[in-house]
Amino acid sequence: MSAVLPLPALAPRRSMLLGMKGWLGVTIALAVVAVIVPIANLLVPAGSVFHLSDYAVQLVAKIMCYAMAALAMDLIWGYTGILSLGHGVFFALGGYAMGMYLMRQIGSDGQYRMPMPDFMVFLNWKEFPWHWALSNSFVAQMALVVLAPGLLAFVFGFFAFRSRIKGVYFSIITQAMTFAMMLLFFRNETGFGGNNGFTDFKRILGIPIATPSMRMTLFVITGCTLIGFYLMARAIVGSKFGRVLQAIRDAESRVMFTGYDPLRYKLAIWTLSAVMCGIAGALYVPQVGIINPSEMTPAASIEIAIWAAVGGRATLIGPIIGAFVVNGAKSVFTQHMPEYWLYVLGAMFIAVTLFLPGGVVGLARHPRVLALLGKSARKEDGASS
Amino acid sequence: MRTLLRFLCLALSLLAGAAEALTPQQTLAIAAGENDARIAALTAAATGGDARLAAFVQALLDGEVKVAGDKVYLVKDDKATIAATGEPAKLPDDAEDVTNNNRMRGALDAVLSTLRLFSPDLAVRRAAIVDLGKATLEEGQLPLIDKALAAETDPQLKDNLGRMRAAILVSSTDRGNRLAAAKELASSSQSSVASLLQERLGDGGEADPEVRAALGQALDAVRGRLAWGERLGVIFTGLSLGSVLLLVALGLAITYGLMGVINMAHGELMMIGAYTTYMVQNLFRAYAPGAFDAYILVAIPAAFLVAALVGAVLERGVIRFLYGRPLETLLATWGISLVLQQAVRSIFGAQNVPVENPGWLSGGVQAMSNLVLPYNRLAIIAFAMLVLGGVALLIARTRLGLFVRGVTQNRRMASCVGVDTARIDMVAFAFGAGIAGLAGCALSQIGNVGPDLGQSYIVDAFLVVVVGGVGQLAGTVVAALGLGVLNKFLEGMAGAVLAKIMVLVFIVIFIQRKPSGLFAMKGRSAEA
Repeated sequence: MSAVLPLPALAPRRSMLLGMKGWLGVTIALAVVAVIVPIANLLVPAGSVFHLSDYAVQLVAKIMCYAMAALAMDLIWGYTGILSLGHGVFFALGGYAMGMYLMRQIGSDGQYRMPMPDFMVFLNWKEFPWHWALSNSFVAQMALVVLAPGLLAFVFGFFAFRSRIKGVYFSIITQAMTFAMMLLFFRNETGFGGNNGFTDFKRILGIPIATPSMRMTLFVITGCTLIGFYLMARAIVGSKFGRVLQAIRDAESRVMFTGYDPLRYKLAIWTLSAVMCGIAGALYVPQVGIINPSEMTPAASIEIAIWAAVGGRATLIGPIIGAFVVNGAKSVFTQHMPEYWLYVLGAMFIAVTLFLPGGVVGLARHPRVLALLGKSARKEDGASS
Repeated sequence: MRTLLRFLCLALSLLAGAAEALTPQQTLAIAAGENDARIAALTAAATGGDARLAAFVQALLDGEVKVAGDKVYLVKDDKATIAATGEPAKLPDDAEDVTNNNRMRGALDAVLSTLRLFSPDLAVRRAAIVDLGKATLEEGQLPLIDKALAAETDPQLKDNLGRMRAAILVSSTDRGNRLAAAKELASSSQSSVASLLQERLGDGGEADPEVRAALGQALDAVRGRLAWGERLGVIFTGLSLGSVLLLVALGLAITYGLMGVINMAHGELMMIGAYTTYMVQNLFRAYAPGAFDAYILVAIPAAFLVAALVGAVLERGVIRFLYGRPLETLLATWGISLVLQQAVRSIFGAQNVPVENPGWLSGGVQAMSNLVLPYNRLAIIAFAMLVLGGVALLIARTRLGLFVRGVTQNRRMASCVGVDTARIDMVAFAFGAGIAGLAGCALSQIGNVGPDLGQSYIVDAFLVVVVGGVGQLAGTVVAALGLGVLNKFLEGMAGAVLAKIMVLVFIVIFIQRKPSGLFAMKGRSAEA
């Protein structure tokens, strides 16, 4: 940062990250994921109305992982104006890094009773490929969860941002990257189980993965990570760094002429966003129990964008809500009338872009809606597109 | 003893064979005994050239021949005849089926083909030579080839027969024969000859150093010729893929390049074109089966119109509200593509539907021995060029093209001088959609027609537009053909998936060097 001018007047005064209501919300959310859900699932007997089924717990856990990806998308799209069609890849990369470790944890309990993962036995491989060298170490694989998506995003972003690819161009290039990665992971020779991916996990850190307590532990970790990510994102967008990002979104050339180098800002938030997705993917895999290249299809990546759009871009809480709304609807529809789900999803894409540019949150903050609720319109820091 | 007797029998028949009618002894020698002896007898009979032999050999292949004692019978529809003469006879109870192993069947096939070598019809002779080229011939069958060679008048076929003869002689026991055969084979351009030479040069093949050297030279010569066929083949499939990409990208070049609208539903407009072709085909099959071959001529305008209509509806209903917001357009059109895909699934089912080529588009030109150019691919290359010419003319020479260019360059100014920009937007978008419909119609002739037809080309098509430079038809053409050939070239080296990945990596690097594509518009805008 060669010529960063101090901007005391522009930087918002925020001694606390959130207002009183915000902190109250965070506390309630923490209480729900860390206390209420575990009690309702583990301690309340199955017949009770307060009992939370395993299915519901797993569904919520899954959606919380998606919400993290949507939050990451909001940082890069809502606040920086860069629409990524490649976040599904980062999500899947984190998932695969976790999956490799889980595959090694199966040990000799696979179908073939061999020390190698089943798909390698099936392909008649005698030793592990080079990229599996560290897969037996939990610490190394957790480092990979961060490094694999982080490095890919850094290298890709560096070249793309350096040559000032932006807007739709950038979106298309990220989609091409997604497509290439998907093809790569579909190949058996790549060493990630081809189109079957990884599944049939048995243990994590030596503890059986399917026990209620393990499942709940993962749920609590996921919930806390999501809340942590939200607070982090809130801190970022409130900081000077976040202000520059929003300036880049609104008028990149002006930011450049003012003496900032947008490359560094964009690259930093892009990489961070990818790493967040990777961590979300790593939490997703042990709870859902499978990772395969279908997570890398271009469609999967675009869906992350629609979660953010439905909830409301540049609001941080919106994408989390959006992930819950869209995926909740998805699980209802795919269960009861699967043939209509794509109509609904397609209609969501169209309706949100045409009628709801601010998403659900934008709607709730709309002056007329507020007036209807008997509240006075407040000035909001969320920006519209 | 039996074998010896048969040999005697055979020797007799060989002596008596030339230019005489098929005898009962011959039929017996062909139908029963050791394979070597049977093949020899077969060849001898074939040299005789009796018309009845072809029917007899065919019957042997069809399993309609039975042997009882020294009599050979043809059994067809429960009626038995004496094989040699064709007179009716009663089939004895102890008659046994003739069994033919693969070697024997091969020899029988070869004789059938050889007999066709003497047909007065040139086309039949040519087909016979192609068939014989696939069979493995034995030295015992040499006299047949010699006879055909003597009778052949067409110089090209004579040439082919000569090489066929050489292919037999190359494993002859006589060294001089082998040497001559090696020289003769060097002028071949058949891949089967290359593998034959390879086999002779391998272990247990040729031992004589001089012959080996000749064989090696011949092999190099043949391979060199084959390599040309392969290279041309790569270029042809590359051009074919490139022209498909061009068709797909031309529509995009209009909607994205000229109007700045990212249409993710472009692939689904192609799908609509392909399904329209399917419907037209079904209508022709149901109501005008006689004119079936002409259905494509109706399908082309129909695909254009239907896709253009859907495009116009989309533009009026959704896209016009999103001008100037490309990222939103991207998401909305993606939603449209999901809806269209699911609609097609609901109407036509999730399975691929069969679209048949009209008769004049099936088959191909045999350009070289190892290079066939299918008519449907040739037609698509020509069609792509026609569509390209049409689009270029429309943009450069018509009033509509002028308006489109005007609106692209300066919307407000165009509006001020009286251009109805909203109408131009709709017409231009519908036109781009119509081109997508044409692409779909073309694709239906070479690939599967299913709900995800569009998805498989859309990523590539966008890359073509990006590489070519936005708003530049020439760039689109160069990029489409270039990427097509590059893709097929890399496919030959690294396999389909890796080739695709390499192309994508190449594009990302290319964009580094030329961020606005091959043919960039010149300007001073900071937002370029």
